[in-house]
Amino acid sequence: MSANNLQLTDDGRLRHLLTLDGLPARILNQILDTAASFITVTDADRDVKKVPLLRGKAIFNIFFENSTRTRTTFEIAAKRLSADVVNLNINASSQSKGETLLDTIANLSAMQADMFIVRHAAAGAGHLIARHVEPHIHIVNAGDGRCSHPTQGLLDMFTLRHYKGPFHNLRVAIVGDVLHSRVARSQIHALTTLGCPEVRVVAPKTLLPRDVENLGVHVFHKMEEGIKDVDAVLMLRLQNERMRGSRLPSAGEYYKHWGLTPEKLKLARPDAIVMHPGPMNRGVEIDSAVADGMQSVILSQVTFGIAVRMAVMSILAGN
Amino acid sequence: MPMQLPPQLPSPEQLIDALVAQIKPQIHSDCALVGIHTGGVWIMDALAERLGADIPRGVLDIAFYRDDFSRIGLHPESKPSHLPFDVEDRRILLLDDVLYTGRTIRAAMNLLFDYGRPAAIRLAVLVDRGGRELPIQADYVGVKLDLAADEHISLENNESEGLHFVMKRKP
Repeated sequence: MSANNLQLTDDGRLRHLLTLDGLPARILNQILDTAASFITVTDADRDVKKVPLLRGKAIFNIFFENSTRTRTTFEIAAKRLSADVVNLNINASSQSKGETLLDTIANLSAMQADMFIVRHAAAGAGHLIARHVEPHIHIVNAGDGRCSHPTQGLLDMFTLRHYKGPFHNLRVAIVGDVLHSRVARSQIHALTTLGCPEVRVVAPKTLLPRDVENLGVHVFHKMEEGIKDVDAVLMLRLQNERMRGSRLPSAGEYYKHWGLTPEKLKLARPDAIVMHPGPMNRGVEIDSAVADGMQSVILSQVTFGIAVRMAVMSILAGN
Repeated sequence: MPMQLPPQLPSPEQLIDALVAQIKPQIHSDCALVGIHTGGVWIMDALAERLGADIPRGVLDIAFYRDDFSRIGLHPESKPSHLPFDVEDRRILLLDDVLYTGRTIRAAMNLLFDYGRPAAIRLAVLVDRGGRELPIQADYVGVKLDLAADEHISLENNESEGLHFVMKRKP
Protein backbone atom coordinates (compact mmCIF):
# COMPACT_ATOMS: atom_id res chain seq x y z
CA MET A 1 0.00 0.00 0.00
CA SER A 2 1.44 3.38 -0.94
CA ALA A 3 1.98 6.08 1.65
CA ASN A 4 -0.86 8.14 0.23
CA ASN A 5 -3.40 5.34 0.54
CA LEU A 6 -2.44 5.23 4.19
CA GLN A 7 -2.30 8.99 4.67
CA LEU A 8 -5.51 10.02 2.95
CA THR A 9 -9.14 9.03 3.48
CA ASP A 10 -11.18 7.71 0.55
CA ASP A 11 -12.43 11.25 -0.11
CA GLY A 12 -8.91 12.72 -0.10
CA ARG A 13 -8.64 14.18 3.38
CA LEU A 14 -5.61 13.79 5.63
CA ARG A 15 -5.92 10.80 7.99
CA HIS A 16 -2.26 10.44 9.05
CA LEU A 17 0.77 12.62 8.36
CA LEU A 18 3.60 10.23 7.54
CA THR A 19 5.53 11.89 4.71
CA LEU A 20 5.27 14.91 2.42
CA ASP A 21 6.18 12.67 -0.54
CA GLY A 22 3.15 12.56 -2.82
CA LEU A 23 0.98 14.79 -0.65
CA PRO A 24 -1.01 17.11 -2.96
CA ALA A 25 -0.47 20.90 -2.93
CA ARG A 26 -4.11 21.29 -1.85
CA ILE A 27 -3.35 19.63 1.50
CA LEU A 28 0.01 21.36 1.99
CA ASN A 29 -1.68 24.73 1.45
CA GLN A 30 -4.56 23.83 3.77
CA ILE A 31 -2.04 23.13 6.54
CA LEU A 32 -0.09 26.35 5.90
CA ASP A 33 -3.26 28.47 5.77
CA THR A 34 -4.64 26.93 8.95
CA ALA A 35 -1.30 27.49 10.70
CA ALA A 36 -1.51 31.19 9.79
CA SER A 37 -4.77 31.40 11.78
CA PHE A 38 -3.21 29.64 14.77
CA ILE A 39 -0.43 32.25 14.98
CA THR A 40 -2.91 34.67 16.60
CA VAL A 41 -3.73 32.25 19.44
CA THR A 42 -0.64 33.43 21.29
CA ASP A 43 -1.17 37.14 20.61
CA ALA A 44 -0.15 39.22 23.60
CA ASP A 45 -3.65 40.72 23.91
CA ARG A 46 -5.29 37.33 24.48
CA ASP A 47 -5.82 36.46 28.14
CA VAL A 48 -6.26 32.78 27.29
CA LYS A 49 -3.55 31.61 24.90
CA LYS A 50 -5.30 28.44 23.80
CA VAL A 51 -8.35 27.31 21.84
CA PRO A 52 -10.83 24.58 22.86
CA LEU A 53 -10.62 22.60 19.60
CA LEU A 54 -9.17 19.31 20.91
CA ARG A 55 -10.68 19.41 24.37
CA GLY A 56 -11.03 15.85 25.70
CA LYS A 57 -8.65 14.32 23.12
CA ALA A 58 -5.65 12.31 24.33
CA ILE A 59 -2.44 12.81 22.37
CA PHE A 60 0.53 10.54 23.05
CA ASN A 61 4.00 11.79 22.22
CA ILE A 62 5.96 8.57 21.79
CA PHE A 63 9.64 9.15 21.19
CA PHE A 64 11.81 6.10 20.58
CA GLU A 65 14.66 8.51 19.81
CA ASN A 66 15.59 11.58 21.83
CA SER A 67 14.50 15.00 20.65
CA THR A 68 13.69 17.51 23.32
CA ARG A 69 12.82 20.32 20.95
CA THR A 70 10.50 18.45 18.59
CA ARG A 71 8.76 16.71 21.48
CA THR A 72 8.34 19.99 23.33
CA THR A 73 6.88 21.85 20.35
CA PHE A 74 4.37 19.03 19.77
CA GLU A 75 3.49 19.13 23.46
CA ILE A 76 2.98 22.91 23.45
CA ALA A 77 0.94 22.70 20.24
CA ALA A 78 -1.32 20.02 21.70
CA LYS A 79 -1.80 22.01 24.91
CA ARG A 80 -2.69 25.17 22.97
CA LEU A 81 -5.42 23.08 21.35
CA SER A 82 -6.61 22.04 24.86
CA ALA A 83 -5.74 18.36 24.32
CA ASP A 84 -4.41 16.13 27.09
CA VAL A 85 -0.80 15.20 26.36
CA VAL A 86 1.16 12.19 27.55
CA ASN A 87 4.91 12.09 26.88
CA LEU A 88 6.68 8.76 26.64
CA ASN A 89 10.37 8.21 26.13
CA ILE A 90 10.38 4.59 25.12
CA ASN A 91 14.17 4.12 25.38
CA ALA A 92 13.65 4.15 29.08
CA SER A 93 10.46 2.11 28.96
CA SER A 94 9.11 -1.31 27.95
CA GLN A 95 11.14 -1.60 24.75
CA SER A 96 14.15 -2.22 26.91
CA LYS A 97 12.16 -5.07 28.44
CA GLY A 98 11.60 -6.61 25.00
CA GLU A 99 8.09 -5.39 24.09
CA THR A 100 7.56 -4.97 20.34
CA LEU A 101 6.62 -1.65 18.75
CA LEU A 102 3.12 -2.85 17.87
CA ASP A 103 2.54 -4.23 21.37
CA THR A 104 3.51 -0.86 22.80
CA ILE A 105 1.05 0.87 20.46
CA ALA A 106 -1.73 -1.64 21.22
CA ASN A 107 -1.28 -0.99 24.94
CA LEU A 108 -1.38 2.76 24.50
CA SER A 109 -4.44 2.47 22.24
CA ALA A 110 -6.17 0.56 25.03
CA MET A 111 -5.61 3.68 27.15
CA GLN A 112 -7.99 5.54 24.76
CA ALA A 113 -5.45 7.46 22.72
CA ASP A 114 -6.75 9.61 19.87
CA MET A 115 -3.42 10.46 18.26
CA PHE A 116 0.17 9.27 18.34
CA ILE A 117 3.11 11.54 17.58
CA VAL A 118 5.91 9.11 16.74
CA ARG A 119 9.65 9.55 16.43
CA HIS A 120 11.63 6.41 15.65
CA ALA A 121 15.11 5.58 14.36
CA ALA A 122 13.68 3.09 11.85
CA ALA A 123 12.39 4.41 8.52
CA GLY A 124 8.71 3.59 8.03
CA ALA A 125 7.89 3.14 11.73
CA GLY A 126 4.95 5.55 11.39
CA HIS A 127 3.64 3.66 8.35
CA LEU A 128 3.82 0.38 10.22
CA ILE A 129 1.84 1.81 13.13
CA ALA A 130 -0.69 3.48 10.81
CA ARG A 131 -1.43 0.09 9.21
CA HIS A 132 -2.30 -1.46 12.56
CA VAL A 133 -4.18 1.16 14.57
CA GLU A 134 -7.96 1.44 14.72
CA PRO A 135 -9.49 3.83 12.18
CA HIS A 136 -10.21 6.64 14.66
CA ILE A 137 -6.55 6.93 15.73
CA HIS A 138 -4.29 9.37 13.86
CA ILE A 139 -0.52 9.12 13.44
CA VAL A 140 1.94 11.98 12.99
CA ASN A 141 5.47 11.08 11.96
CA ALA A 142 7.83 13.24 14.03
CA GLY A 143 10.91 11.87 12.25
CA ASP A 144 11.69 8.32 11.10
CA GLY A 145 15.28 7.31 10.41
CA ARG A 146 16.71 9.10 7.38
CA CYS A 147 13.36 8.99 5.70
CA SER A 148 11.16 11.93 6.54
CA HIS A 149 10.26 14.66 9.03
CA PRO A 150 7.08 16.12 7.56
CA THR A 151 6.22 18.72 10.21
CA GLN A 152 9.75 20.17 9.96
CA GLY A 153 9.33 20.40 6.18
CA LEU A 154 5.97 22.11 6.66
CA LEU A 155 7.25 24.65 9.16
CA ASP A 156 10.11 25.43 6.78
CA MET A 157 7.55 26.06 4.02
CA PHE A 158 5.50 28.23 6.38
CA THR A 159 8.61 30.27 7.26
CA LEU A 160 9.62 30.64 3.61
CA ARG A 161 6.14 31.75 2.58
CA HIS A 162 5.92 34.13 5.53
CA TYR A 163 9.13 35.96 4.63
CA LYS A 164 9.43 35.46 0.89
CA GLY A 165 5.88 35.19 -0.47
CA PRO A 166 4.63 32.78 -3.14
CA PHE A 167 6.83 29.79 -3.98
CA HIS A 168 6.69 30.24 -7.76
CA ASN A 169 9.08 33.21 -7.51
CA LEU A 170 11.70 31.56 -5.32
CA ARG A 171 15.18 30.15 -5.76
CA VAL A 172 16.09 28.04 -2.74
CA ALA A 173 19.33 26.27 -1.77
CA ILE A 174 19.47 23.32 0.64
CA VAL A 175 23.03 23.07 1.93
CA GLY A 176 24.87 20.31 3.78
CA ASP A 177 24.42 16.66 4.67
CA VAL A 178 21.55 15.80 2.35
CA LEU A 179 22.42 12.10 2.42
CA HIS A 180 21.57 11.56 6.09
CA SER A 181 18.89 14.23 6.36
CA ARG A 182 15.20 13.41 6.69
CA VAL A 183 14.62 17.17 6.82
CA ALA A 184 16.11 17.69 3.32
CA ARG A 185 13.87 15.02 1.81
CA SER A 186 10.76 16.60 3.30
CA GLN A 187 11.86 20.06 2.14
CA ILE A 188 12.50 18.89 -1.43
CA HIS A 189 9.10 17.17 -1.72
CA ALA A 190 7.27 20.17 -0.33
CA LEU A 191 9.12 22.78 -2.41
CA THR A 192 8.59 20.94 -5.70
CA THR A 193 4.91 20.26 -4.92
CA LEU A 194 4.29 23.90 -3.99
CA GLY A 195 5.74 25.06 -7.31
CA CYS A 196 9.20 26.35 -6.37
CA PRO A 197 10.90 26.60 -9.79
CA GLU A 198 14.49 26.24 -8.62
CA VAL A 199 15.43 23.95 -5.75
CA ARG A 200 19.19 23.50 -5.38
CA VAL A 201 21.01 21.00 -3.25
CA VAL A 202 24.52 22.04 -2.34
CA ALA A 203 26.78 19.40 -0.82
CA PRO A 204 29.99 17.40 -1.20
CA LYS A 205 29.53 14.28 -3.35
CA THR A 206 30.01 12.05 -0.30
CA LEU A 207 26.97 13.62 1.42
CA LEU A 208 24.50 13.35 -1.48
CA PRO A 209 22.22 10.42 -2.24
CA ARG A 210 23.12 8.86 -5.61
CA ASP A 211 19.67 9.43 -7.16
CA VAL A 212 19.18 12.98 -5.90
CA GLU A 213 18.65 14.48 -9.39
CA ASN A 214 15.53 12.33 -9.76
CA LEU A 215 13.88 14.43 -7.06
CA GLY A 216 13.83 17.38 -9.47
CA VAL A 217 16.64 19.43 -7.93
CA HIS A 218 19.74 21.15 -9.30
CA VAL A 219 22.95 19.76 -7.78
CA PHE A 220 25.96 21.92 -6.87
CA HIS A 221 29.26 20.75 -5.44
CA LYS A 222 30.63 24.23 -4.76
CA MET A 223 28.99 26.33 -2.07
CA GLU A 224 29.92 29.62 -3.79
CA GLU A 225 28.05 28.57 -6.93
CA GLY A 226 25.19 26.88 -5.12
CA ILE A 227 24.04 29.81 -3.03
CA LYS A 228 24.64 32.51 -5.65
CA ASP A 229 21.52 34.72 -6.03
CA VAL A 230 19.21 32.48 -3.97
CA ASP A 231 16.27 33.87 -1.95
CA ALA A 232 16.75 31.46 0.90
CA VAL A 233 19.54 29.27 2.28
CA LEU A 234 18.24 26.21 4.11
CA MET A 235 21.16 24.87 6.14
CA LEU A 236 21.21 21.26 7.36
CA ARG A 237 22.70 20.00 10.55
CA LEU A 238 25.92 17.99 10.27
CA GLN A 239 25.42 15.14 12.68
CA ASN A 240 28.37 14.68 14.99
CA GLU A 241 28.61 10.97 14.37
CA ARG A 242 29.10 11.65 10.64
CA MET A 243 32.22 13.66 11.30
CA ARG A 244 33.94 10.65 12.78
CA GLY A 245 33.23 8.52 9.70
CA SER A 246 35.22 8.34 6.49
CA ARG A 247 32.98 10.68 4.46
CA LEU A 248 34.51 13.87 5.86
CA PRO A 249 38.02 15.02 6.67
CA SER A 250 37.31 17.11 9.82
CA ALA A 251 34.91 19.65 11.28
CA GLY A 252 37.39 22.45 10.51
CA GLU A 253 37.76 21.35 6.91
CA TYR A 254 33.95 21.07 6.56
CA TYR A 255 33.50 24.59 7.92
CA LYS A 256 36.03 25.95 5.45
CA HIS A 257 34.19 24.57 2.42
CA TRP A 258 30.56 24.18 3.56
CA GLY A 259 30.12 26.41 6.59
CA LEU A 260 27.83 29.41 5.99
CA THR A 261 29.92 32.48 6.78
CA PRO A 262 28.97 36.16 6.34
CA GLU A 263 31.31 36.28 3.29
CA LYS A 264 29.61 33.34 1.57
CA LEU A 265 26.14 34.64 2.44
CA LYS A 266 26.94 37.83 0.48
CA LEU A 267 26.70 35.74 -2.70
CA ALA A 268 22.99 35.13 -2.07
CA ARG A 269 20.46 37.86 -2.76
CA PRO A 270 20.85 40.76 -0.32
CA ASP A 271 17.41 40.05 1.17
CA ALA A 272 17.95 36.27 1.37
CA ILE A 273 16.88 34.53 4.57
CA VAL A 274 18.84 31.84 6.41
CA MET A 275 17.10 28.84 7.96
CA HIS A 276 18.32 25.88 10.05
CA PRO A 277 16.25 23.06 11.61
CA GLY A 278 18.38 23.01 14.76
CA PRO A 279 20.20 22.11 16.83
CA MET A 280 23.01 24.10 15.22
CA ASN A 281 26.71 23.24 15.22
CA ARG A 282 28.11 26.75 15.38
CA GLY A 283 31.45 26.94 13.67
CA VAL A 284 30.78 23.73 11.71
CA GLU A 285 27.88 24.22 9.26
CA ILE A 286 27.08 27.79 10.27
CA ASP A 287 29.02 30.76 11.58
CA SER A 288 27.64 32.45 14.71
CA ALA A 289 27.62 35.81 12.94
CA VAL A 290 25.16 34.34 10.41
CA ALA A 291 23.11 32.31 12.90
CA ASP A 292 22.52 35.41 15.03
CA GLY A 293 22.56 37.88 12.13
CA MET A 294 19.88 40.02 10.50
CA GLN A 295 19.10 37.47 7.78
CA SER A 296 18.60 34.55 10.17
CA VAL A 297 14.99 33.46 10.76
CA ILE A 298 16.00 30.39 12.76
CA LEU A 299 14.10 31.32 15.92
CA SER A 300 10.99 32.25 13.91
CA GLN A 301 11.07 28.70 12.56
CA VAL A 302 10.71 27.41 16.12
CA THR A 303 7.76 29.73 16.84
CA PHE A 304 6.04 28.93 13.55
CA GLY A 305 6.65 25.22 14.20
CA ILE A 306 4.11 25.32 17.02
CA ALA A 307 1.38 26.84 14.84
CA VAL A 308 2.12 24.36 12.03
CA ARG A 309 1.87 21.41 14.43
CA MET A 310 -1.40 22.83 15.80
CA ALA A 311 -2.70 22.92 12.23
CA VAL A 312 -1.64 19.34 11.50
CA MET A 313 -3.14 17.97 14.71
CA SER A 314 -6.43 19.81 14.38
CA ILE A 315 -6.88 18.86 10.71
CA LEU A 316 -6.13 15.20 11.47
CA ALA A 317 -8.36 15.06 14.54
CA GLY A 318 -11.29 16.42 12.54
CA ASN A 319 -10.92 13.98 9.61
CA MET B 1 -31.39 24.53 -5.12
CA PRO B 2 -31.76 28.33 -5.52
CA MET B 3 -35.08 29.85 -4.37
CA GLN B 4 -36.98 33.10 -4.70
CA LEU B 5 -36.35 35.59 -1.91
CA PRO B 6 -39.33 36.27 0.38
CA PRO B 7 -41.22 39.30 -1.06
CA GLN B 8 -41.24 41.09 2.33
CA LEU B 9 -37.41 40.96 2.59
CA PRO B 10 -35.80 44.44 2.26
CA SER B 11 -32.35 44.85 0.68
CA PRO B 12 -29.26 44.48 2.91
CA GLU B 13 -28.59 48.22 2.55
CA GLN B 14 -32.09 49.07 3.82
CA LEU B 15 -31.62 46.70 6.75
CA ILE B 16 -28.26 48.23 7.62
CA ASP B 17 -29.93 51.67 7.65
CA ALA B 18 -32.57 50.28 10.01
CA LEU B 19 -29.86 48.91 12.31
CA VAL B 20 -28.01 52.24 12.31
CA ALA B 21 -31.17 54.01 13.53
CA GLN B 22 -31.44 51.55 16.44
CA ILE B 23 -27.75 51.44 17.30
CA LYS B 24 -26.65 55.06 16.94
CA PRO B 25 -28.08 56.33 20.28
CA GLN B 26 -26.30 53.45 22.09
CA ILE B 27 -22.78 54.17 20.82
CA HIS B 28 -20.41 55.46 23.51
CA SER B 29 -16.67 55.90 23.80
CA ASP B 30 -16.14 52.46 25.41
CA CYS B 31 -17.84 50.62 22.50
CA ALA B 32 -16.27 48.40 19.85
CA LEU B 33 -17.76 46.73 16.79
CA VAL B 34 -16.89 43.06 16.26
CA GLY B 35 -17.87 41.30 13.04
CA ILE B 36 -18.06 37.52 12.64
CA HIS B 37 -16.43 36.21 9.46
CA THR B 38 -17.54 36.76 6.72
CA GLY B 39 -20.99 38.36 6.61
CA GLY B 40 -20.63 40.09 9.98
CA VAL B 41 -17.48 41.84 8.79
CA TRP B 42 -19.24 43.30 5.74
CA ILE B 43 -22.02 44.58 7.99
CA MET B 44 -19.50 46.02 10.43
CA ASP B 45 -17.74 47.96 7.68
CA ALA B 46 -21.06 49.29 6.32
CA LEU B 47 -22.22 50.25 9.82
CA ALA B 48 -18.97 51.99 10.73
CA GLU B 49 -19.21 54.07 7.57
CA ARG B 50 -22.78 55.17 8.38
CA LEU B 51 -22.18 55.73 12.10
CA GLY B 52 -19.34 58.03 11.11
CA ALA B 53 -17.72 57.87 14.53
CA ASP B 54 -14.23 56.49 15.05
CA ILE B 55 -15.23 53.21 16.67
CA PRO B 56 -12.65 50.43 17.15
CA ARG B 57 -13.34 47.41 14.94
CA GLY B 58 -12.43 43.74 15.36
CA VAL B 59 -12.87 40.54 13.38
CA LEU B 60 -13.68 37.09 14.73
CA ASP B 61 -13.25 33.75 13.00
CA ILE B 62 -14.94 31.05 15.07
CA ALA B 63 -13.47 28.00 13.24
CA PHE B 64 -11.52 26.96 16.34
CA TYR B 65 -14.54 27.35 18.64
CA ARG B 66 -17.26 25.53 16.70
CA ASP B 67 -19.20 22.81 18.48
CA ASP B 68 -19.48 20.56 15.41
CA PHE B 69 -15.71 19.96 15.08
CA SER B 70 -15.98 16.33 16.20
CA ARG B 71 -18.69 15.73 13.57
CA ILE B 72 -17.45 17.57 10.51
CA GLY B 73 -13.82 18.40 11.29
CA LEU B 74 -11.97 21.64 10.91
CA HIS B 75 -13.59 24.27 8.73
CA PRO B 76 -11.52 24.32 5.53
CA GLU B 77 -11.03 28.09 5.48
CA SER B 78 -10.10 29.65 8.77
CA LYS B 79 -8.96 33.26 9.02
CA PRO B 80 -7.05 34.82 11.90
CA SER B 81 -9.14 36.64 14.48
CA HIS B 82 -8.04 40.20 15.09
CA LEU B 83 -9.16 42.43 17.96
CA PRO B 84 -6.99 45.58 17.92
CA PHE B 85 -8.30 46.89 21.26
CA ASP B 86 -8.50 45.70 24.87
CA VAL B 87 -11.62 43.56 25.35
CA GLU B 88 -11.48 44.03 29.13
CA ASP B 89 -14.37 46.29 30.26
CA ARG B 90 -15.29 47.11 26.64
CA ARG B 91 -18.93 47.28 25.46
CA ILE B 92 -18.93 44.95 22.46
CA LEU B 93 -21.46 45.13 19.66
CA LEU B 94 -21.29 41.71 17.99
CA LEU B 95 -22.41 41.62 14.36
CA ASP B 96 -23.56 38.75 12.17
CA ASP B 97 -25.61 38.46 9.00
CA VAL B 98 -28.14 35.76 9.89
CA LEU B 99 -29.16 34.51 13.34
CA TYR B 100 -30.34 30.87 13.19
CA THR B 101 -29.44 28.18 15.76
CA GLY B 102 -27.39 30.54 17.95
CA ARG B 103 -24.38 28.21 17.89
CA THR B 104 -22.17 30.67 16.00
CA ILE B 105 -22.93 33.35 18.61
CA ARG B 106 -22.13 30.92 21.45
CA ALA B 107 -18.75 30.21 19.82
CA ALA B 108 -18.08 33.92 19.22
CA MET B 109 -18.80 34.77 22.86
CA ASN B 110 -16.43 32.05 24.09
CA LEU B 111 -13.75 33.41 21.76
CA LEU B 112 -14.32 36.98 23.03
CA PHE B 113 -13.91 35.85 26.63
CA ASP B 114 -10.54 34.31 25.77
CA TYR B 115 -9.41 37.89 25.09
CA GLY B 116 -10.79 39.34 28.34
CA ARG B 117 -13.95 40.18 30.29
CA PRO B 118 -16.11 42.61 28.33
CA ALA B 119 -18.41 45.01 30.21
CA ALA B 120 -21.28 43.91 27.93
CA ILE B 121 -21.94 42.11 24.67
CA ARG B 122 -24.88 43.15 22.49
CA LEU B 123 -25.88 41.34 19.31
CA ALA B 124 -27.04 42.92 16.05
CA VAL B 125 -28.10 40.86 13.01
CA LEU B 126 -29.58 41.72 9.63
CA VAL B 127 -31.93 38.73 9.65
CA ASP B 128 -33.41 36.67 12.50
CA ARG B 129 -34.78 33.61 10.73
CA GLY B 130 -35.91 31.69 13.83
CA GLY B 131 -34.93 28.08 14.60
CA ARG B 132 -32.90 28.72 17.76
CA GLU B 133 -31.26 25.76 19.51
CA LEU B 134 -29.67 27.81 22.31
CA PRO B 135 -31.07 30.52 24.62
CA ILE B 136 -29.60 33.38 22.56
CA GLN B 137 -31.49 36.42 21.20
CA ALA B 138 -30.40 39.48 19.24
CA ASP B 139 -30.67 43.00 20.72
CA TYR B 140 -30.95 44.68 17.31
CA VAL B 141 -32.66 42.97 14.36
CA GLY B 142 -33.02 44.23 10.79
CA VAL B 143 -35.89 41.90 9.90
CA LYS B 144 -37.52 38.75 11.29
CA LEU B 145 -38.32 35.91 8.88
CA ASP B 146 -40.05 32.64 9.61
CA LEU B 147 -38.17 30.11 7.46
CA ALA B 148 -38.61 26.35 7.23
CA ALA B 149 -35.74 24.15 8.42
CA ASP B 150 -34.69 23.31 4.84
CA GLU B 151 -34.66 26.95 3.71
CA HIS B 152 -31.30 28.70 4.05
CA ILE B 153 -30.68 32.39 3.64
CA SER B 154 -27.19 33.86 3.42
CA LEU B 155 -25.61 37.22 2.74
CA GLU B 156 -23.27 37.34 -0.25
CA ASN B 157 -21.01 40.07 -1.57
CA ASN B 158 -19.41 40.64 -4.95
CA GLU B 159 -18.32 43.54 -7.09
CA SER B 160 -21.20 43.51 -9.57
CA GLU B 161 -24.12 43.13 -7.13
CA GLY B 162 -22.67 44.37 -3.83
CA LEU B 163 -24.32 42.98 -0.70
CA HIS B 164 -27.28 40.74 -1.53
CA PHE B 165 -29.22 37.84 -0.06
CA VAL B 166 -29.33 34.32 -1.52
CA MET B 167 -31.96 31.72 -0.61
CA LYS B 168 -31.41 28.00 -1.11
CA ARG B 169 -33.27 24.84 -0.26
CA LYS B 170 -30.99 22.34 1.47
CA PRO B 171 -32.09 18.98 2.82
